[in-house]
Amino acid sequence: MKRVASSLMMAALLSLPAAGRAAGKVSDGVVKIGVLTDMTGFYSDLSGPGSVLAVKMAVHDFGGKVLGKPIEVIAADHQNKADIASTIARKWFDEDKVDAIMDLPNSGTAFAVMPVAAEKKKLTILSTAATTSITGDKCTAYNIHYTYNNWMLANGTGREVVKSGGDTWFFITADYVFGKSLEEDTANVVKAAGGKVLGYARHPQSSADFSSYLLQAQASGAKVIGMANAGGDTINTIKQAKEFGITPKQTLAGLLVFISDIHSLGLETAKGMYLTTSFYWDYDDQTRAWSKKFQNHPDNAKKAMPTMTQAGLYSATMHYLQAIKAVGTDQAEPVIAKMKATPVNDFFARHGVIGPDGLHRHDAFLVQVKSPAESKYPWDYYKIIKKIPAAEAFPSVAAQKCPLVK
Amino acid sequence: MSVPDGVQESRAAWRLGIITPRRKKIFFGLLVAAGLVLPHLVYPVFLMNVLCMALFASAFNLLLGYTGLLSFGHAAFLGTAGYVTGYLLKAWGLPVELGVLAGTAVATLLGWAIGALAIRRSGIYFAMITLGFAQMIYFLAVQLPFTGGEDGLQGIPQGKALGFIPLHDPYALYYFVFAVFALGFGVIYRTIHSPFGHVLRSIRENEPRALSLGYDVARYKLVAFVISAGLAGLAGSTKALVLQFVTLTDVHWHKSGEVVLMTLLGGMGTVMGPSVGALLVVAMENYLTGFGDWVTVIIGSVFVAGVLAFRRGIVGEALHLVRNFPF
Amino acid sequence: MQALFGQLLVGLINGSFYALLSLGLSIIFGLVNVVNFAHGAMYMTGAFFAWIGLSSLGIGYWPTLLLSPLAVGLLGVVVERTMLRRLYQLDNLYGLLFTFGLTLIVEGLFHHQYGNSGNSFPVPEALQGGSNLGFMYLPRYRAWVVLVSLAVCFASWFFIERTKLGAYLRAGTENPRLLQAFGVNVPLMMTLTFGFGVALAGFAGVMAAPIYQVTPSMGSGLIIVVFAVVVIGGMGSILGSIVTGIGLGLVEGLTKYLYPQAAATVVFAIMAVVLLIRPAGLFGREK
Repeated sequence: MKRVASSLMMAALLSLPAAGRAAGKVSDGVVKIGVLTDMTGFYSDLSGPGSVLAVKMAVHDFGGKVLGKPIEVIAADHQNKADIASTIARKWFDEDKVDAIMDLPNSGTAFAVMPVAAEKKKLTILSTAATTSITGDKCTAYNIHYTYNNWMLANGTGREVVKSGGDTWFFITADYVFGKSLEEDTANVVKAAGGKVLGYARHPQSSADFSSYLLQAQASGAKVIGMANAGGDTINTIKQAKEFGITPKQTLAGLLVFISDIHSLGLETAKGMYLTTSFYWDYDDQTRAWSKKFQNHPDNAKKAMPTMTQAGLYSATMHYLQAIKAVGTDQAEPVIAKMKATPVNDFFARHGVIGPDGLHRHDAFLVQVKSPAESKYPWDYYKIIKKIPAAEAFPSVAAQKCPLVK
Repeated sequence: MSVPDGVQESRAAWRLGIITPRRKKIFFGLLVAAGLVLPHLVYPVFLMNVLCMALFASAFNLLLGYTGLLSFGHAAFLGTAGYVTGYLLKAWGLPVELGVLAGTAVATLLGWAIGALAIRRSGIYFAMITLGFAQMIYFLAVQLPFTGGEDGLQGIPQGKALGFIPLHDPYALYYFVFAVFALGFGVIYRTIHSPFGHVLRSIRENEPRALSLGYDVARYKLVAFVISAGLAGLAGSTKALVLQFVTLTDVHWHKSGEVVLMTLLGGMGTVMGPSVGALLVVAMENYLTGFGDWVTVIIGSVFVAGVLAFRRGIVGEALHLVRNFPF
Repeated sequence: MQALFGQLLVGLINGSFYALLSLGLSIIFGLVNVVNFAHGAMYMTGAFFAWIGLSSLGIGYWPTLLLSPLAVGLLGVVVERTMLRRLYQLDNLYGLLFTFGLTLIVEGLFHHQYGNSGNSFPVPEALQGGSNLGFMYLPRYRAWVVLVSLAVCFASWFFIERTKLGAYLRAGTENPRLLQAFGVNVPLMMTLTFGFGVALAGFAGVMAAPIYQVTPSMGSGLIIVVFAVVVIGGMGSILGSIVTGIGLGLVEGLTKYLYPQAAATVVFAIMAVVLLIRPAGLFGREK
């Protein structure tokens, strides 16, 4: 009995690698992408369901199969809680055979999931998380930071606004790590470009009333008010700046503003504001074609145009699937090497190259929000002031100081 | 309080001989056996999460269910202990046991400080004072540099228990957490069933009477508060070890609300209730994620239904059913 | 010095919101004995009703100022009649938990329907613009908010403390059975009181809609602070909640000037200190 069992076991063991080869080199016979995002909270309009849709569209357009195996997309809501994000990530890798986790709004959840992925030798492709150190001192070998980061936002807006004459700044900063690092990055850029920082006011996250901070900004006499906050905080700052008669005299610079924010504010309130974005739907024929497809997709309930993080996710998914196809396996190491070796040029990214630190460097745009009179059709929101070439838009590999890169 | 709740049900179950010492031994024996086997059937990280929250809720129940004090700031103890443990393990490289112990000790001290002030009031005012102090702790967690703000304190090393059990192995870690839970749960169980626990319950039922019988009510309340805070801290330290990070969620008032939900749902004033509630809430959080933005609505509905129709909680209702079952 | 005046004025504006919200909360606690956690959600609902009315039915600001609170009050009446009243004879812990669950449901539903980044409600034309006071620019709408809030607060206080109907209400909380014996329909009175308190929250929501972005989470950030205000003022004390609301707005304004990071925390520090010195709050009576 024992002998039979052991010989059966031997046979099973011997046949395993062969079975693996015969089935192609896709682990578990399926390529599975998990979109881990914020479905209900602060970031749900700029990533959330739209992020899931973008990934699903990419999989559909790719043909739904790679190397003869099906591609599956699953999604979950991490509620912006790091513990939930990390538990879901572990479960996805261990039990649901997920090969790559995408999106991850808010750097707290990103930092919680990245080490888990590295430990399990699976990919993370971040789109909505913004902190620069994701590919800096906290970089991992299994991570790609695809769409944008704080450095890009700070540099694009900071440098260009100073150049166009806005050389004195006051910051309204959300009092948390993200806000402070955004403020610091921008302040450095402003000073380097010859501008002056006159002061700052720090507010607790999710404040409703910004009038006192705006009064301080007004009293400072700065030409530019930099908003180092995000989401609802930025929206309320902009709204109340107009109410207190600040905006025509002083200019607002949004450091993290998405097209969804502009849409909910309305142009009358937001007009004249500068911001940096890595994607605008109305840039050329390619971006328009894809964005309209996204907008009119039956699953896009609000018929919203894509934000940069959603467009980035489509592009990232395509790039990921093409790499799998090219190397003939879904194993993380060769796939990530291939992704880094292949330049990206599509509707989203121009001159895109993924560096050894995992940061995707591509062209970005400095834009100004149009006034209602200038806007000719729905979602016609931005004037493109300047195209920022990839090398200027993102920090160099040397500047990032990722410990993996020697 | 003439409310039909878990406390009365579990007492009735004793009186009617539904719970007997023998049955209890068998029950806990089965529970331990289940605890040992489960990680091989269910995902261990999920189980560890449940165990930590179950300990947290049980500690909270000692205060709400057995002493009648509703604290709305218990996340302060969970989070503080987590941060202390995480920082000591990461920055000082302390052994795991010392780190967990230090976190628990700090939470206990904090519990003593807050408790000494808060127990001077009762009812809704007690809840509000604890909330006030918890908000201040939250403020500190946002401001102090070592917590990492909203990025959280990340990358806490797990190290080796007793110097040789590698805790990065999920099974080893699970048994470590299980042992911690058993220890904490045991402390709570002993407290409830000691003469001290009986005094607590008499305070809950009728404080003036307890006072007139010569008990130093304030002192009893304070000790209960400190034990509860310390064990909540133990849960927080262990959680930090399991997840390898601590974030602001752990000190936010939502967490304080969540533990009320767990306790209420499982059955306040019952020994097992909070653990059952914790299991349910953690499972809802982890397995309902596919429902997208309906999760909040579902959890809210469970809350409302619980308050309106099942005030005894799951365990309390179960005991009630058993009690009225014609054997 | 100029900056300080500006901050204090802004504090007064915020304070009048606090007063309006804590007034409703206080009435509900004082007269119905429910700790209404859903007050923030009702404030949000009021703002949303205003926005929905404008965007899909074309109802302007002025009619909405009346209609939206009415609708919110009606919602409150339904909730009270069908569910909340079953909890009256229990410890008020259960009322708190019930309304907490209700908050989750209401916020979740609005979120599902309208997303998170919210919607803008324009300032009514008659109230656009503002005037320069020398030390700051005061938008006309904000001045309007202060005046209306104070008027509503005073009217409510007068109604409850100085009229016959108000006296019935207060009697109802002291001894409902006796009042019932005098032929007053006490349960109906409770229902209407709850509806009124909630409608006040809805009213505050409409007032806030042109200032803040209308989002599903606009109430949840506020409710905890308003709770603190009510507790500091003395739970159930009408005058206390009005005075404390305005006072705390001023203190907060001062904090934003001196140490802005602590603006969200200072209220809780004050609450803890006040409760330790005066257990029943500044204006409350010990029972």
